[in-house]
Amino acid sequence: MRKTLFRSLFERTLTEPPPPVDEAALAQLAAGIDRAARQRFGRGLAIREVDAGSCNGCELEIHALTNAFYDLERFGLRFVASPRHADVLLVTGPVTCNMREALARTYAATPAPKWVVAAGDCTCEGGVFAGSDRVVAGGVAAVIPVDLYIRGCPPTPTQLLAGLLALLVQPAT
Amino acid sequence: MSVFDAIIGGYPAVAGHRPWPRFVIDSAAWNRAAEGLRDGAFVLVGYWGDADRVHLALAEPTYASGCVLTLPCPDGRFPSLAVTHPPSARLERAIQDLWMLTAQGAADRRSWLDHGRWPTSAERAKADYAFLPVEGEGLHRIPVGPVHAGIIEPGHFRFTASGEAVVRLEARLGYVHKGIEGLMAGAPLAKAARLAGRVSGDSTVAYALAFARAVEVATEAPVPPRAVWLRALMAELERIANHLGDIGAICNDAAFAIMLAHCGVLRERVLRTANTCFGHRLMMDRVIPGGIGVDLADEGAAAIEALIRHIRDRFPELVELYDNTASLQDRTVATGRLQPALAQRFAAGGVIGRASGRAIDVRRHPGYPPYDDLPFQVPVREDGDVNARVWVRIGEVEQSLALLSLILSRLPSGPIAAEVPCPATAVEGLALVEGFRGDVLVWLRLGRDAQVERCHFRDPSWFQWPLLEAVIEGNIVADFPLCNKSFNCSYSGHDL
Ligand code: SF4
Repeated sequence: MRKTLFRSLFERTLTEPPPPVDEAALAQLAAGIDRAARQRFGRGLAIREVDAGSCNGCELEIHALTNAFYDLERFGLRFVASPRHADVLLVTGPVTCNMREALARTYAATPAPKWVVAAGDCTCEGGVFAGSDRVVAGGVAAVIPVDLYIRGCPPTPTQLLAGLLALLVQPAT
Repeated sequence: MSVFDAIIGGYPAVAGHRPWPRFVIDSAAWNRAAEGLRDGAFVLVGYWGDADRVHLALAEPTYASGCVLTLPCPDGRFPSLAVTHPPSARLERAIQDLWMLTAQGAADRRSWLDHGRWPTSAERAKADYAFLPVEGEGLHRIPVGPVHAGIIEPGHFRFTASGEAVVRLEARLGYVHKGIEGLMAGAPLAKAARLAGRVSGDSTVAYALAFARAVEVATEAPVPPRAVWLRALMAELERIANHLGDIGAICNDAAFAIMLAHCGVLRERVLRTANTCFGHRLMMDRVIPGGIGVDLADEGAAAIEALIRHIRDRFPELVELYDNTASLQDRTVATGRLQPALAQRFAAGGVIGRASGRAIDVRRHPGYPPYDDLPFQVPVREDGDVNARVWVRIGEVEQSLALLSLILSRLPSGPIAAEVPCPATAVEGLALVEGFRGDVLVWLRLGRDAQVERCHFRDPSWFQWPLLEAVIEGNIVADFPLCNKSFNCSYSGHDL
């Protein structure tokens, strides 16, 4: 233990500078999100992740955001255990018929103002799972309103970070 | 003489099914198979439905050989195997949900994947799900999920506790059922391969490989040697990444976060190396029928060598930290103990089986190239607790690192993919591949134009989830996350 801690003390920090905020994400947000909510949220956001039928690939990369390289928390973004504590729902997966109600209820349990970020190609109209009668036609947006899509299969942690950071950009007053 | 002769003697093998033979049998032979399973004469490796029939894949206890038995069900019914062989119960319930066939004599008739929310849902699935009754004084129930507190897949757990101790756990799964097997039917090979790689994203290489191998064995397609070796390289990178993630996550659930932080860094380095080598962090869509889609990048070999050096420099320290931290061991030792007999009965694969004395690794038996040409050890322990599962993972990380070096040193040159021949008639193939969770089974039937007619995926989790319910009994509720993480079963791979 001491050895490991000692070694860590003298090592270069692994955390990398943040990626530039995703311009496309900013544009999506500028179009949809109400200004007052963005000002109210300020510099920190609590994120509740909801897997609505993903293949688990997206979860792995979302998990990676908390490792030392990306260190999501330094931006004031943190994952919370309950939708009741959340400002943002980060949804993955095409929304299976069997998860539809759980997703809708999680959304209902999240206090307003709230944002929905859909991560991964299959949140957008099903992706590779489109056409199955076991998933909801139209993807996440058919069940709850989506404010921001982060594309990729799965999106890399850098892409996820660039998208999430756009949420923290204050609108020009 | 094979162990199957007593069942299949007299039935002709179906043409075009490889590598194991397939036999169409009658209910008398089916009953003999049920007896063999009950007595442990052979192992259940797969059990799935099809239009008007059910298939059962059996292996010898050593996995050296096996066969597939097919029972036609013209009247929509087949005799339940679960009556005498409980590990088949959930597979049977899934067959009922997906194929509208009835398992006669089954004790548990509840639907499993069908939650009553599909356009095609059965009437009986629409009623409230009846959890098994629990009786006793002072018991309380704790429902958890499907949306969990962490960043994990959805499923429902129903705990019944007496004070702190869990009296019974019952899981309900199926929430992430996407209808993958339905999408596979009629899919051209390229689309089918992409879907196979998304059955369980954490095992994308293993699934894509199992699918590709099933296609190749069915069509007798040649695979260039370089592709064979690079596939193994990817598979071992995937195994290392997942095991590192799991070791860290298990310790984190015992409130020892520093292990997660360090293992998370190592895992990230593996994923970055995979990206350097093959252009995708999880290596999705890299394994394709006939070979691989992307060759090892020029800087790939050096990147992997650097990765091996780095992990060999850092990992032993973390292992030592795990071994020497009494407060951590206090949580993992003797917690969630899986009895070897139960692991054996359920044919639990992967780390879970090997931590409970079951020395099965399908890279060895039945085996597939290039592993038949590579020396490696299969770490096995008998103690079967969370601690044993951590140590088996540690051992496997070390083995996989050695395999990476060996593969690099012997990597053949040449093409990376060959054309998959279009079969002249319908052909069928079966493949078993050792993913990080255990043996993944893929069975498929290809039509004349090389379209998938039917494809079945069997995740190792099918035989592991029920055991989680067994090991948690008598443990405290607070140790459930620890047990669960040490199993790390798949939801998506199971729900399909
Ligand atoms: S976007 Fe891709 S990686 Fe993410 S859940 Fe969907 S299929 Fe899996």
